Amino acid sequence: MSGFLQNTFNGLVGGAFYALLALGLAVIFGMLRVVNFAHGAFYMLGAFGAYVLLAEAGVPFWAALVIMPLALGLLGMALERAVIHRLTRLDPLYNFLLTFGLTLILQDLVKSRYGVQSSPYATPAELSGTVDFGLFDFPTYRVFILGFTVLLCAAVWWVLGRTRIGMVVRAATERPELTRAFGIDVGRWVTPVFGFGIALAGLAGVLAAPMRAVNPLMGADLIIVVFAVVVIGGLGSIFGSVAAGFGIGLIQAWGEAYLSDYPLVSQTVVFVVMAAVLLWRPAGLFGREEAPA
Amino acid sequence: MLRIENLSAWYGEAQVLREVSLEVAAGEVVTLVGRNGAGKSTLLRSVMGLHPGQRGTVHLDGRDISRLPAYKRARAGLGWVPDDRGAYATLTVTENLTLPPRVGPDPWPLARVYEAFPALHARRDSAATMLSGGEQQMLALARVLRMGARLLLCDEPTEGLSPLLVQQVGDLLREAKRHGVTVLLVEQNLHFATGVADRHYLLAEGRIAEAMENTEVRSRERELLAYLGI
Repeated sequence: MSGFLQNTFNGLVGGAFYALLALGLAVIFGMLRVVNFAHGAFYMLGAFGAYVLLAEAGVPFWAALVIMPLALGLLGMALERAVIHRLTRLDPLYNFLLTFGLTLILQDLVKSRYGVQSSPYATPAELSGTVDFGLFDFPTYRVFILGFTVLLCAAVWWVLGRTRIGMVVRAATERPELTRAFGIDVGRWVTPVFGFGIALAGLAGVLAAPMRAVNPLMGADLIIVVFAVVVIGGLGSIFGSVAAGFGIGLIQAWGEAYLSDYPLVSQTVVFVVMAAVLLWRPAGLFGREEAPA
Repeated sequence: MLRIENLSAWYGEAQVLREVSLEVAAGEVVTLVGRNGAGKSTLLRSVMGLHPGQRGTVHLDGRDISRLPAYKRARAGLGWVPDDRGAYATLTVTENLTLPPRVGPDPWPLARVYEAFPALHARRDSAATMLSGGEQQMLALARVLRMGARLLLCDEPTEGLSPLLVQQVGDLLREAKRHGVTVLLVEQNLHFATGVADRHYLLAEGRIAEAMENTEVRSRERELLAYLGI
């Protein structure tokens, strides 16, 4: 029993990263109709930025947790203004080329400066040790990640669900053209929303730094699963992306624990789930069929 | 109020509107009739600024709005009632109503909207797509009245509605007209059209084929219905 609970907890922690990344992808896709393949690279930059800030300037984790999302959010907004916004009138193929190209550039910039080996990032002292849950102990840092992510998702949820800004973003995400016809300058919201999605990726990266190996390819490994998560949740569905993020985290953790004799199965189970969901509901679990304007 | 001059529009290579010119005076209700594919919806979309491939000019109250993006046209007083009713699934009924900013001199307060549409009030916290087709149509009309839009662009507001609901839509448009609201309406239901409208334009192959008064439409109803294929 305690083993099962521990695996479940681990699954939720892994799912927290998927949820943060998928949430960013979902708001970006919803608002811009751009699939941001560079999302994993911004996650990596978040982790690497935290590492460099600490190693070269002695900036602690808590400061990095604020600095990196802000810095990457601003970088994201600049990129949106400079190049991403040009995609709206082009064939979707250019979307792939541009954001994938950005990924390679960002990865190689980091590689050329820091190499490909992983760098260690110490868990902040306040969050080292374990928490006793009775049946099992769990690393304090992981408990923090889970609590922090759940609170963050709840806050995003509240803003999107209960405020005027959230209402406009939901409307513009669901039907951009129709929303323009109702007097709302959708374009004004595009840059901040893109920046916000990137900031979430950067935040996930900072959170990952003490837990996962910090290296230039850490985002590339993760983003494939995150895309499966987004597809399962329903492309552009904000609720779906978060729910599917945690769900896939759980499935992966259980798969690794109980199917460890079948590594091929446990590694591919996410994609089997994705295929099954798409056969059953082509728009994803919480997605809707594209509606015309 | 609305003056359209030499409006042409394309879908890719295909030209769907050919130098259309028409006028709608303030307080008038004018319908566009025509066969499927005649360009009626494209004409409305072009006026709203939602159709990218267009040429020609659109004046609202003497102001050239041809180069304005859709959201500025809405703020200038255009109220969009799309053919699919435009209900947002991720917004509640109240949010659907309060999403657009107030743009005109006489926007309906929410309380008045709910007084006029008790069915919407009863479902005010539901997702708008949970409403019936008729309720969604009422929502679409109520939304532009709450905006205070001065010129409504309605794309087949009676399509798929029961006779009782068609009558309600008619009552609503007549009431809007009494308050000085101008309406440009795409409509296939000639009986309905003559009941609410002052004048009619027949569109054929992207051109204005005829401009007709109510009496003419009534006297030629059989011929027109045959032409429209209804």
